[in-house]
Amino acid sequence: MARAATTTDAFNAVAEPRRRQILELLAGGERSVTEIADVVRLDQPSTSKHLRVLREVGAVHVRGQGRLRVYRLDPVALQPMAEWLATLERLWTERFESLDDVLAQLKEEGRHGEDDEARHGDPAR
Amino acid sequence: MEKTTKRATVTLPGDTEILITRHFDAPPALVYRAYTTPELVSRWWPGQRGSMKSCEIDLRVGGTWRYVMEASGGFEVAFHGTYEEISPNARLVTSEVFEGMPGAEGASTTTFEGKDGGTLLSILVTHPTKEMRDAHIDSGMEGGMQEGMDILETLVGEPDV
Repeated sequence: MARAATTTDAFNAVAEPRRRQILELLAGGERSVTEIADVVRLDQPSTSKHLRVLREVGAVHVRGQGRLRVYRLDPVALQPMAEWLATLERLWTERFESLDDVLAQLKEEGRHGEDDEARHGDPAR
Repeated sequence: MEKTTKRATVTLPGDTEILITRHFDAPPALVYRAYTTPELVSRWWPGQRGSMKSCEIDLRVGGTWRYVMEASGGFEVAFHGTYEEISPNARLVTSEVFEGMPGAEGASTTTFEGKDGGTLLSILVTHPTKEMRDAHIDSGMEGGMQEGMDILETLVGEPDV
């Protein structure tokens, strides 16, 4: 029985840099295998292999067009993964904004003649 | 002064890894200090999501750290770990356990690299197996917020140049 693609399958599909590149390309519209291979600079068998992985998790769909096989992106399949990545990205973006504030204040203190060097490695309050 | 928002970049370089990167307008020594001083960590680690209830840092190889945040909803989120490698102002390697999932111990390597007059901070979280990273991902999903979000923004917004 065919197993439904899980979120983590989608993660692994997208973790590979070439496959990310393919998804980015397909975000701009349908492309044939030949066109995809040209852009990502792989031979056709390697390109087809990546496309198969993406097809298995439902990230792309294929349709025949004469001798050509044309691929298109299916954003819905990647939605849970995109949401998780976005959640993590938001968390760290928030954290780092707070860290920016802390750093700005440390820099300000440094300008008032504090000896930064003496404190390194010493996590005293 | 106009404050520009810099997004953290999250990528998945391998089956067991999560990589978080961001550039800061401060030298590595300062970022390192903000990263390893309990009083300072307490001010940024919770972000906007709550407040730090406890932050312990024993900064030596074999020393432990433990962060406890009280989230806005009232529940506690705690992480702890042991320092395995310490290169002041440059690199920290530590184990990392989310106490809500004690079986899945990960490791994180944080590097502070001087770049463009500031610091490129990279946090590479590695799980021992793909299954454990996936558990991390699944737990993130459960805790994740359902906000309307554009898939293309995530895929195309942060291209690997």
